[in-house]
Amino acid sequence: MNYAALFRATLPETALEIAALLVIVIDLGFLRKAAAQARIAAAAVVGVAGCAAALCAVSIAGPYNFGDAVLLAAGGSAGVAQVAILILTALTLLLFVGSTFTRHPGEYVSVVLMAAAGGLIISAAQDLLVIFVGLELLSLGLYILTAFAKKSGRSAESAIKYYLFGGMSAAFLLFGFSYLYGISGSTYLPTVIYRANDAAFSGGAPLLLIALVMIAAGLGFKIAAVPFHFWAPDTYEGAPAPAAAFIASVSKVASFALLISISRTALAYLQILMQNTHTTGRVYLTAGVTGPPIRSVFTVYYGWYLILIVLAVASMVLGNLAALAQSSVRRLLAYSAIAHAGYILLGLAFFDWGSRSAQAVLYYIVTYGLTTIGAFGVVGVVERATGSDNFDSFLGLQKRNPILAAVLLVLFLSLAGIPPLVGFWAKFNLFAAVLGMYGGNLSAGPAAPLILVALAIAMSAVSLYYYLQVLKRAYVMPAADESPIRVHSVTLAVLIAIAAAVLALGCFPALLQNWIASLYA
Amino acid sequence: MAWTIYISFAGALVAALLPKGKPDAARWWALAVSVTGLTLGVAGFASGMGQGRVVLVDAPWVPSMGIHYLLAADGISRVLVLLTGIAAVAGVLFSWNIELRTNQFFAFYLALIGGVYGVFLSGDLFLLFVFYEIAIVPKYFLIAIWGSTRREYGAMKLALYSFVGSAMVLIGLLAAYTASGSHSTALVDLAHANLPVHMQMWLFPLVFVGFGILAGMWPFHTWAPTGHVAAPTAASMLLAGVVMKLGAYGCLRVGIGLFPHGLDPWGFSFIGLGSWRDVFAWLAVIGIVYGALVALAQTDFKFVIGYSSVSHMGFVLLGLMTLNQIGLDGAVLQMFSHGVIAGLLFAIVGRVVYDRTHTRQLSELETMHLSRRLPFAAWAFVVAGIASMGLPGFSGFVAEFQVLVGAWRANPVWTVASGIGIIVGVAYTWRAMQKAFFSDALPTAHELEREHAHVFAPITWPEIAGVVLLGSCTLAVGLYPRILLDSIEPAVRALLAGGAQ
Repeated sequence: MNYAALFRATLPETALEIAALLVIVIDLGFLRKAAAQARIAAAAVVGVAGCAAALCAVSIAGPYNFGDAVLLAAGGSAGVAQVAILILTALTLLLFVGSTFTRHPGEYVSVVLMAAAGGLIISAAQDLLVIFVGLELLSLGLYILTAFAKKSGRSAESAIKYYLFGGMSAAFLLFGFSYLYGISGSTYLPTVIYRANDAAFSGGAPLLLIALVMIAAGLGFKIAAVPFHFWAPDTYEGAPAPAAAFIASVSKVASFALLISISRTALAYLQILMQNTHTTGRVYLTAGVTGPPIRSVFTVYYGWYLILIVLAVASMVLGNLAALAQSSVRRLLAYSAIAHAGYILLGLAFFDWGSRSAQAVLYYIVTYGLTTIGAFGVVGVVERATGSDNFDSFLGLQKRNPILAAVLLVLFLSLAGIPPLVGFWAKFNLFAAVLGMYGGNLSAGPAAPLILVALAIAMSAVSLYYYLQVLKRAYVMPAADESPIRVHSVTLAVLIAIAAAVLALGCFPALLQNWIASLYA
Repeated sequence: MAWTIYISFAGALVAALLPKGKPDAARWWALAVSVTGLTLGVAGFASGMGQGRVVLVDAPWVPSMGIHYLLAADGISRVLVLLTGIAAVAGVLFSWNIELRTNQFFAFYLALIGGVYGVFLSGDLFLLFVFYEIAIVPKYFLIAIWGSTRREYGAMKLALYSFVGSAMVLIGLLAAYTASGSHSTALVDLAHANLPVHMQMWLFPLVFVGFGILAGMWPFHTWAPTGHVAAPTAASMLLAGVVMKLGAYGCLRVGIGLFPHGLDPWGFSFIGLGSWRDVFAWLAVIGIVYGALVALAQTDFKFVIGYSSVSHMGFVLLGLMTLNQIGLDGAVLQMFSHGVIAGLLFAIVGRVVYDRTHTRQLSELETMHLSRRLPFAAWAFVVAGIASMGLPGFSGFVAEFQVLVGAWRANPVWTVASGIGIIVGVAYTWRAMQKAFFSDALPTAHELEREHAHVFAPITWPEIAGVVLLGSCTLAVGLYPRILLDSIEPAVRALLAGGAQ
């Protein structure tokens, strides 16, 4: 055990934890008598500084090896996800400035930072136990954040729902992990996959399938995929706005980064195996569908692929259709998040062993996280002014605060996938990666990816309807109350910056794409 | 010519930021921007005479996926850019009386114009799609905020129809891009990618219907009448004038240009239909006749014009399906011609008449004796109506005649069937003209009394300027069609040689 190397590898997490402690010390030690808004501002500033320090540390931190095993990866998808998590966390902390839901800003910021540290761990983890610990660190933080508006009954209700579902899904996940350990005798991900395949070949397939379903249930809960999504609308509705933004963005980025690293590890092993058996042609995660002989060997992949497809289709269809019936913007965002998770799962189901799919998925989730933080920022402001997040509280927003309305326009159109905003580019990139799976030979491979992509695009046409329902109230319908809505200057600056980034990244998509690609080099 | 796009978007941004209280500033600004766009369009058209396809801008946009920011213009693009410029200027002139949120109106208006210019000038399928989608959102808000009858319904229907159409196009784009394997989305590269025939067989109808929805193809036309009626005057002028052309242009450039083998015979025939070409040609013919018949039965003046658009756009689609030189020439010329004529008709109905009478019901207009009280409107409508009927001397005649000749060469039955549409077209235009302006009944004493009590506002200079602009365009093209055909013909020839058959 090399503690110096471990320290170096966990430098970003350490920076966040130190900042978390510092926030509490400063808030409780020096600012107890200060005004509430000053305490909030101070806590947010320290939190953002912690994120900045961790951001610097990400570039220094290297991978952590234990023997031959790489327990914490660096660079690649882990690197992209960590940078994204830290930036998004800093943005949610800035949205915290000016909010009034709590009198304990120190605790709030420190819990946010600890949860973000959990996110950093799972996006780099390569070991089942480390994954579980990181996931629980993240989840526990999220439960607390959901309940943080102590005076609000809805906040408490949604937190208890979230906690019960979360606890159950963690149990499923751990149960699945224990099966995997039982099959393979290891907790190191590459070894687990290697031995699990051997086991599947010699009659262990049913057990393995049970384990995979359990794990899919555990991780499906984190990303709010149907049918593990029940917590999402309630939590998004009940949690304080900055906390909801954190749940919708940072936690999603981290969980998808974890799914990417699992898929990549599985494929790295598959690649070695295929080279050893002298099989020609490109074989992917979906190799099982090409013919019966291979299917028996690749039960793990075939099973995993089937599970992901089912989750993806269910999420896309149900998320979009259920969103049509909502009248609360937060619940609408929750169902739209479920739908977006469906699109991303499609990218994960058709995952190639180059880095193209991984990059497309990361691009999608990072830009989605950014957009959704902005959306919750706007919802939070409107809610504070009108007392509700119903569609009707957005009536006449363009008159009450034109800038806020313009930000809402840009963000919602981006979520709907209208060019030249980044949401469109993310979708295009992801679907192109899915279709590129068979070397672009659509007629040779099964037509399934094309049909599924067509379904996804059709569903995103449905989504325009509900996004326009909100924009219609902001721009078209007359205001019931024409008094201007005042926005805290920090919040306004953050929202404008996010909208500008959504527009700029949409006009120049190569900027972000090149950066992601550079971390894979 | 690339600057037409940038100027429109920059103009939209500036218009959005103009102070709220000064509608005049926004009007003059929008007029200045659209006139500059028209000037650039005319200059580009004139300088492009005799030249083939010219690449205007070519910069790598997303290098890793081979997507270029590629703007190119050939004869077809130049004609349509010219049309967009004319329609944009006329639209500003006819929305001079917008008082509600004027700066926002012109911001959305100019953004829409910018998107339209972009589609016509794109040389890259991805870029074309981006501009095509950009045009959807301003359309929605223009109708929903400033519209009239059932505006929110009409606007949402239009936005969803457009978005469904573009979703179909996006599927086609993704499939063509991945299947071509050329790692480029440039139209030229995709056309040379030799996509397998069986793929083209399903890609062609997918993309053709996707674009055809916006071109008012029967039976996907139902957004058009409701959208046109709900829209404010300038927006319905643009909808009929240029937005429907976006669809037709996409059908031509993407559908026929990239997937020519999709038009090959299937090898079997089903109730007389042996290929997608037959299917879409018959849909076009049905559109021509159906649109005309329904227009004949309308009681709302604007619905008459709305359905006439469906009928006239049928000629464009029929011309495309002839797949011969003269038919395609006619189709492109019809795009221009209908853009100008429909713009003029909507302007008269929506601005000159409706904003004074506050009714569009033909039965009520009948009692108002407008030929006496609004002689300018009456005579302008006579000119526009004659042009719309397709009488010689106006652009509609040249265009529809060419389409019909082309259709005769392809399949005489199409020509005969769409001839019915032309006859009904004369009837509905005549009926509307008669009812709205030239009713026989002498005014009763009561009506005379009401006339004195309520004198119509005088015709303003923007209206006269707009009518003169559009009227002279259709007349000029009708008298001397070579002015446009010299530009269209070589481009169509190149398209037929490179793409179809």
